[in-house]
Amino acid sequence: MDEPIVKYTDVHKSFGDIEVLKGIDLDIQPAEKVALIGPSGSGKTTIIRMLMTLEEPTMGVIDVGGRNLWQMEKKGEWVRADDPHLHSIRGDIGMVFQHFNLFPHMTILENCMLAPVLVKNESKKEVKATAVEMLEKVGLGDKIDLYPAQLSGGQKQRVAMARALMMRPKVMLFDEVTSALDPELVGEVLEVIRDLAKEGEMAMILVTHEMDFALDIADRVVFLNDGVIEEEGHPEDILVNPKSERLQDFLSRFTVNR
Amino acid sequence: MGSLPDIFSTLVQGLKVTLLVLVLSIICSTIIALVAGLSRVSTNRLVTGVTGFYVEIFRGTSLIVQLFWFSYALPGLFNIHLGSDIWVAVLAISLNYGAYMSEIVRGSIQAVPAGQTEASIALNLSKFQRMRHIIIPQAIRMMLPEYGNYLIQILKATSLVSLIGLTDLLYYGNIYRSTHLSDSPTVYLLLLVMYFVIALPLIAFTKKMESMSKKGVALG
Repeated sequence: MDEPIVKYTDVHKSFGDIEVLKGIDLDIQPAEKVALIGPSGSGKTTIIRMLMTLEEPTMGVIDVGGRNLWQMEKKGEWVRADDPHLHSIRGDIGMVFQHFNLFPHMTILENCMLAPVLVKNESKKEVKATAVEMLEKVGLGDKIDLYPAQLSGGQKQRVAMARALMMRPKVMLFDEVTSALDPELVGEVLEVIRDLAKEGEMAMILVTHEMDFALDIADRVVFLNDGVIEEEGHPEDILVNPKSERLQDFLSRFTVNR
Repeated sequence: MGSLPDIFSTLVQGLKVTLLVLVLSIICSTIIALVAGLSRVSTNRLVTGVTGFYVEIFRGTSLIVQLFWFSYALPGLFNIHLGSDIWVAVLAISLNYGAYMSEIVRGSIQAVPAGQTEASIALNLSKFQRMRHIIIPQAIRMMLPEYGNYLIQILKATSLVSLIGLTDLLYYGNIYRSTHLSDSPTVYLLLLVMYFVIALPLIAFTKKMESMSKKGVALG
């Protein structure tokens, strides 16, 4: 096995008195597709939000490409990471949100162009060409000058994916990206993710309730329950032949179509 | 008995001071509001503390007392002279309204959904870039209608400057009335009309901003 691109070591997270994550150990290999499943409140989203630097772990270590994300070495001591440290690692991670979080005051082309121009100092002309290409790839090449409010939920989520891809992350996080969509719009978004997964080189962590989809594209499924990883393994083993009673119970609420 | 043109030509002499105080106060109070509003959402406790103190002091005391304070008390007590009376008036009005308006700035910035900040962190924008490109442009759309309201209030507040001896519209109105007592109704009617006419562009601005901000901010 290669060196993992992301490595969680005994990661804990509390919000006030409530411990949401109670010691997570998880390795993600480069290009690996991992689906995180589990009941709501089990801490799935918190796991990826800590990797995106939106939440700070209470305890434990998250390594990205061999570098400690939340601590840095200063005069021989490990101290809390500062903004420049987080900034230097965050570029490897991208995220797509449940509620899209597009910038409403910009066209979708501007949404896609903003970060590469500002953060990577790439030339506007080249970024524009890439952005148009990227929006075509997600099927929105004819809508580049529209504002987010003029799009359907599925279209917004595809823009959000194009926008995140513009930064060429090594790991892409998907936070229940179809949960806020009308049922008839879910398919078009999953289709784009499926294409991305096939392309291969990017690692993907998907927090999802779409069990069929997880079975289809994931290399590994991780079942989270009550703040710990209860069971993990090959999608067939986890979703079709679950061992633990809790996982069986959880899956009984979904119909998995083989 | 003075004629209408007579009264008008007297009042007009005060127009320049009223407009000058208005324009300077709008500019200064806007700058103060932006600086103080941004300071109040800072993560630095000292900065939020100092601006919070400023805002509460100036919101909690009356403008007219502040005018007198800057005009008479400061020079007498500390030998601080703030330059010409125009600038004393502009400073008092701007600090007072800047305090109120900074609250709109703060409120609007805080009203931008957290998801916007999260998305810009995920795209690795720096703190400054997040403010400059994501938060402030959206906050401005929200604050503009309320901002227009305050501009109209500033116009009305300028009528207080006659009390520290500035020769504005109201000052000339009072001068004229003191020598032509029977014309009082005409003088003050004309003053009302003149203030209203000056306010018209500000009212139009506010209306325009209201419709703009309704269009401009939609959920992303």
